[in-house]
Amino acid sequence: MTHVQHLKPFLKKTPFHDAMEAMMHGAGWIRWQGYYSPAYYDSTQSEYMATRNGATVYDVSPLIKYAIKGKDAAKFANYLVTRDLSKVAPMNVAYTAWCDDDGRMIEEGTLFRLGENDFILNAALHQLHWLNESAYGFSVEIEEISEQLAGLSLQGPNSRAILEVLGVQGIGKLPHFGIMETIVDGHWLRIDRAGFTGDLGYEIWVKPPDALWLWETLFRLGDPYKIAPMGGHALEMTRVEAGFILVDVDYIGSHHAIRPTQRVSPIEAGIGWAVSLKKDAYFVGKRALQKEKAEGSSRFILSGIEVEGRKPAPGAFLYADEKGTKELGLTTSAMWSPLLKKNIAFAQIPMAYTKPGTEMWIEIWYPKEKKIERSMVKCWTRNRMFFDPPRKKEIV
Amino acid sequence: MASKYDAIVIGGGHNGLVTAAYLAKGGEKEGKNKLKVLVIERYHKVGGAAMSEEIYPGFTYSTCSYVCSLLRPEIFRFLDLPRHGLQVIPYEINSSPNHEGEGIVTYSDHDRTRESLRRHSIKDAEAYDHYAAEISRQCRFIKPLLMVTPPDPTRLNPFAQNKINPWGKRNDLEGLLKIGREFGRMGEKQMYEIIRFWTMSIGDFLDEYFETPRWKGFAAASSIIGTALGPYSPGTAYVLLHHYMGEVDGQIGAWGFARGGMGSVSKAIASAATEAGVEIRTNAEVAKVIIRGGKAVGVTLGNGEEIYARTVVSNADPKRTYLKLIEKSDLDSIDPDIHAYAKNFKIRGSSGKLNIALDGLPQFAGLPKESAWGTIDIGGDFDYIERAYDDYKYGSWSKRPFLDIVIPTTVDPTMAPPGKHFMSVFVQYVPYKLGEQPWTPEMKSAFEKDVLDTIEMNAPGFKDLILHCQTRTPWDIENEVGLTEGNIFQGELTLDQMLFNRPFPGLGQYRGPFDNFYMCGSGTHPGGGVMGAPGANAAREMLRDFKHGVV
Repeated sequence: MTHVQHLKPFLKKTPFHDAMEAMMHGAGWIRWQGYYSPAYYDSTQSEYMATRNGATVYDVSPLIKYAIKGKDAAKFANYLVTRDLSKVAPMNVAYTAWCDDDGRMIEEGTLFRLGENDFILNAALHQLHWLNESAYGFSVEIEEISEQLAGLSLQGPNSRAILEVLGVQGIGKLPHFGIMETIVDGHWLRIDRAGFTGDLGYEIWVKPPDALWLWETLFRLGDPYKIAPMGGHALEMTRVEAGFILVDVDYIGSHHAIRPTQRVSPIEAGIGWAVSLKKDAYFVGKRALQKEKAEGSSRFILSGIEVEGRKPAPGAFLYADEKGTKELGLTTSAMWSPLLKKNIAFAQIPMAYTKPGTEMWIEIWYPKEKKIERSMVKCWTRNRMFFDPPRKKEIV
Repeated sequence: MASKYDAIVIGGGHNGLVTAAYLAKGGEKEGKNKLKVLVIERYHKVGGAAMSEEIYPGFTYSTCSYVCSLLRPEIFRFLDLPRHGLQVIPYEINSSPNHEGEGIVTYSDHDRTRESLRRHSIKDAEAYDHYAAEISRQCRFIKPLLMVTPPDPTRLNPFAQNKINPWGKRNDLEGLLKIGREFGRMGEKQMYEIIRFWTMSIGDFLDEYFETPRWKGFAAASSIIGTALGPYSPGTAYVLLHHYMGEVDGQIGAWGFARGGMGSVSKAIASAATEAGVEIRTNAEVAKVIIRGGKAVGVTLGNGEEIYARTVVSNADPKRTYLKLIEKSDLDSIDPDIHAYAKNFKIRGSSGKLNIALDGLPQFAGLPKESAWGTIDIGGDFDYIERAYDDYKYGSWSKRPFLDIVIPTTVDPTMAPPGKHFMSVFVQYVPYKLGEQPWTPEMKSAFEKDVLDTIEMNAPGFKDLILHCQTRTPWDIENEVGLTEGNIFQGELTLDQMLFNRPFPGLGQYRGPFDNFYMCGSGTHPGGGVMGAPGANAAREMLRDFKHGVV
């Protein structure tokens, strides 16, 4: 169309934008919820290796954050999500799903419990409509605070060492999924020990005016510790190794699914462990999930698989037999893991095949010099958490 | 009375042309003899309400319909319309100016729309996703219903004494089961939603999602266009869907400009029809359909000439067809109810049209420049629209009307000299008659002034750009185009006149009450909007009766 020259630029820049742009060597910007977000700076491979070798920072500011406060905040949060929050103490993070009435997953993400009745919900998609709808009858205030905090995810084996030289007292004692708040050089920091890489790592939240100070300080102090910036493409590799699912990649959010059959339950999405059917309070979707569990009616479980050979298998069909007469399911995410030297994927497979080690067949189509070739190879069910080093949860 | 033709199509509107082209191409694959088809058009060129004309030197006006989305992709492909010159260019912006503050703009770019809506209300920006997903689900259900003959559930009654339509040839049960299956696949909640949506008002529907009054008024636009209903009238939610179920290249809900104006649509279909061997006669008005022994055998022209054919198919609207083209005695000999159905058919005109040649591009209040590259809806909240509707209810045009404006020349280089523009202004609400009085030239210019004043208020300096203005009331549209009361859909799109009840009970499957008589206009399922689907569906039924292959 001929109107483009009249459009004003509208993508927003996060507080880290200028620092990131200075390191951007390719046309590496992609969109993330209306913000500029780096897909890669120079090469995905180097950023991926840096994460697994030293430490990298990734700008998580575009995450959509909702503050949930008020007299009934704990009650409401426990009603909203599938985890049992009575078991989550203040200053802890809970990874959880939230569902619709049919027990179909709207999204999953982390919920920060800062106080008894003080929460922050982190979501990839906008959820205010649903939160407001669900909050009817609860005395809570829900506010989107996305732009009130800027965040960097510092991930990798050296991430703790870098925070130590930054002067964060007691970082070694912060448990996995713990949250702490501190002051460094007069700057307020909130640090939680979580991330999307499955490694030792932290998310550091600051007030937006302190963003560039944080970035500059981390890179200055982190240089001997092999710090590097990371883009979304490398993050995508690490999150598959870590076994983390992603909305609209590994499952469709139930609120925007057009076909009702495409919606999945958290059990089907392979995070059944985050559904606390035993919690006393009712939560949205509980009845349906109880029924699914009792009847064993899950259509599939999103599981990890290891594939023979080196050809990545995105969108590939799995079969029970080499001839491909009995179809089992489909892969969602897939990659060759340079770290693990394994060909890994997530696949929707029937419950009967979810036991680790179960052998199946997979049909992979791959391009080869302008030809498309087909290979039918073996694959085996694996724990979806392919990469899970002890240092992830280690306390020092 | 030798039948020279296999079929005569009364009226060369886009649906009539589609029917003709489909008939002529029918049986092609099966190697059957080509059917001989004649299209008879009153005007000096074909197109009906999909028409481009040079009314002012150097400027091509889309004189009636002005944007394209609903034309079914199946027809596009079957008739190879791009080869016949049709090019549809989608536009990506919808906006509503505001002379007292910031206007509303939505884009095909999701992120950009969210940013734009957030300036008015964060809550509404967030609700928009849910609203959009719901509309997509509704579209998913309705889409398979468009290119099929609506099954009639009354046929399933083995005891029915259906005298009107004794041709129970097709398998209605199969069609109903198919719809039932589609319906079932939607899931329990969505099944409830569909029933709700098809019957509720757009006002009630939007109230469930949004809070900003102006945004709601803007979102309601598509639900009142062409109807004689207000935003809180039940049934208007469906009209919204009717405007959303179209597509450009698979992009649901997208609208586009036909390069060269909407006449390019008719021109391309006519070219495909002619190529297939269809004969088109213009400047010829059909006065009567000749009925002999309960069978349609031909037509009489205004000059008395009689033309005979094996079948006759009317592209005219149901009222014109059954009240003007067919003798009441002929109808009564079949079923006296039909005359009553035709008389009671709701086909109220509610919209007018201004076609304006402009010396330059106007700037709309509260809107960024790019908004001129899409639709610009001048309106306001529901109160604004209801007030506009009130004027209409009591026999006048809306003094502050709702306007759906496009300036296709922002995109199309063929319709005006460089730097100049053609502006199409769709006006809602405008009555067919002023109370019981006919339109007078004085009233028409008072109406024109109100519309131009409303635009000027929302685009200061607009009036200075006007080079020429053509104003059409529903009365003009009826007399110039032939649509009864100037109703753009050939009949109100409310549930009582849809599916197997469109146009009338018992005649919902394109066959008329007489043998060899058919209907193919927007007055039949699935309705208007330059969709072409009624024409294609009618042709399919005719070919079935001809035993002439299936298209």
